[in-house]
Amino acid sequence: MSAHVVFDQVVKRYDDTDILRDFSFAAEKGEKVVLIGASGSGKSTVLRILMTLEQIQDGEVYIDGEPLWHESGKPGKLASEAYLRHMRTKVGMVFQQFNLFPHMTALRNVIEAPIRVLKTPRKEAEERGQELLERVGLSARCDAFPAQLSGGQQQRVAIARALAMRPEIMLFDEPTSALDPEMVGEVQAVIRELAEESDLTMLIATHEMRFARDVADRICFLNKGQILEEGPPEEVLVNPQEERTQLFLRSLLEDSVSN
Amino acid sequence: MLFGIHWDTSGTTLDFALSILPILLIGLKVTIEATIFGFVLALVLGLVLAILRSSRFRIVSWMAWFVIEFLRDTPLLVQLFFLFYVLPLYGVSLPALVIGIIGLGAQYSAYCAEVYRGGIEAIDRGQWEAAHALDLSRIMTYKDIILPQAIPRVIPALGTYLVAMIKDAPLLSAITVLDMMAASTIIGDQTYNYLVPLSIVGALFFISTLVASFLVHKLDRALPKTGIPMK
Repeated sequence: MSAHVVFDQVVKRYDDTDILRDFSFAAEKGEKVVLIGASGSGKSTVLRILMTLEQIQDGEVYIDGEPLWHESGKPGKLASEAYLRHMRTKVGMVFQQFNLFPHMTALRNVIEAPIRVLKTPRKEAEERGQELLERVGLSARCDAFPAQLSGGQQQRVAIARALAMRPEIMLFDEPTSALDPEMVGEVQAVIRELAEESDLTMLIATHEMRFARDVADRICFLNKGQILEEGPPEEVLVNPQEERTQLFLRSLLEDSVSN
Repeated sequence: MLFGIHWDTSGTTLDFALSILPILLIGLKVTIEATIFGFVLALVLGLVLAILRSSRFRIVSWMAWFVIEFLRDTPLLVQLFFLFYVLPLYGVSLPALVIGIIGLGAQYSAYCAEVYRGGIEAIDRGQWEAAHALDLSRIMTYKDIILPQAIPRVIPALGTYLVAMIKDAPLLSAITVLDMMAASTIIGDQTYNYLVPLSIVGALFFISTLVASFLVHKLDRALPKTGIPMK
């Protein structure tokens, strides 16, 4: 399998509810894929499985052709924690609620994991941390604590924090859903810039269709735990083939008009 | 005479009180030592128990639960007697004060463990998930992310147990520790005056717990509720 990320017939259940049903998906190296769909369609779960925050019941996920949940050559045996940690280093994630560490300055949030996990010397980590914060437009706020930052600024710190671990794959789980409307733009701009300038593979779950169109190479519409329709943004968003996709897009449009 | 200090029973009540005060202060020093070392032990052991209690491994978690419940649900006096009379049978003979510190520390570690656990569970799950996404190990997550946020929130509850421990310290006199309580009863036995030494002991306990409460309150005020800052 040559693709960077592959989901092969993945099944995910909570109690008796199917979240993902034989879910199959692949993303090439450097590809920017946006996942859209109603709440509960499973798009967050896809990202959380890749981040090993959720286990799967059946199927397999591959990163660089290596199985994520079962070590190669040992089918049927769940991967060890050490193996999962090794696989996890390739993946970074940005959360809807930012999840910054509130007792740490912005810079410390960014350098904590490089120092502790990658054993980067403190000085080197700080230099790179400052560069990353500059890249997200926050070089002046290195010493601020999260509570002293706006939501948009916090989310930008969270992006820098994820990048500091030098992931190959970046996951964005509704990165602007928790933000006040006036801050959505600054966060989307940072993600868009990242999409244009980096060769990261990016998976983004979002409800913002304009942002999706701008950033995506490909859009996947999820419905009831499966990909119902996928393709380039202009096809899926402008000329959707499936009735469900049309309905979903129309409901978003109505929402934005009534708001 | 106690600790080489004589008491004065020929003068007024005040003379008597002043003459036994130095003896009781020596006893107070023992009480304070027992409390401080006992409480440090309770804080450390309690933290270990709390973390083991929330282990992903069922057997570890279950054993921690059992230890906590056992320590909480048996009387301190029984635990102290057990350590004092049974340990020597197995060749472990420690000074009475050390046994008292271990006994106090062990029982209060169980109370502290439950306090820590409440604090740890109150931390938003997103903090664990962010740490997980950054590949921090569980131990590192506790040390740098969870505990610095949880501990400031549980300081008042831990302080309550510090005060309770000070008040439990006189139980150590039952295993021959010569603390303030033991000193006062010895004085009473020999002078037939219990009123004065016990009154002084009561007052000294009151002052000690007040000071402890004040210090805990100060510490609580000094720590930001968002967590111990890390730069």
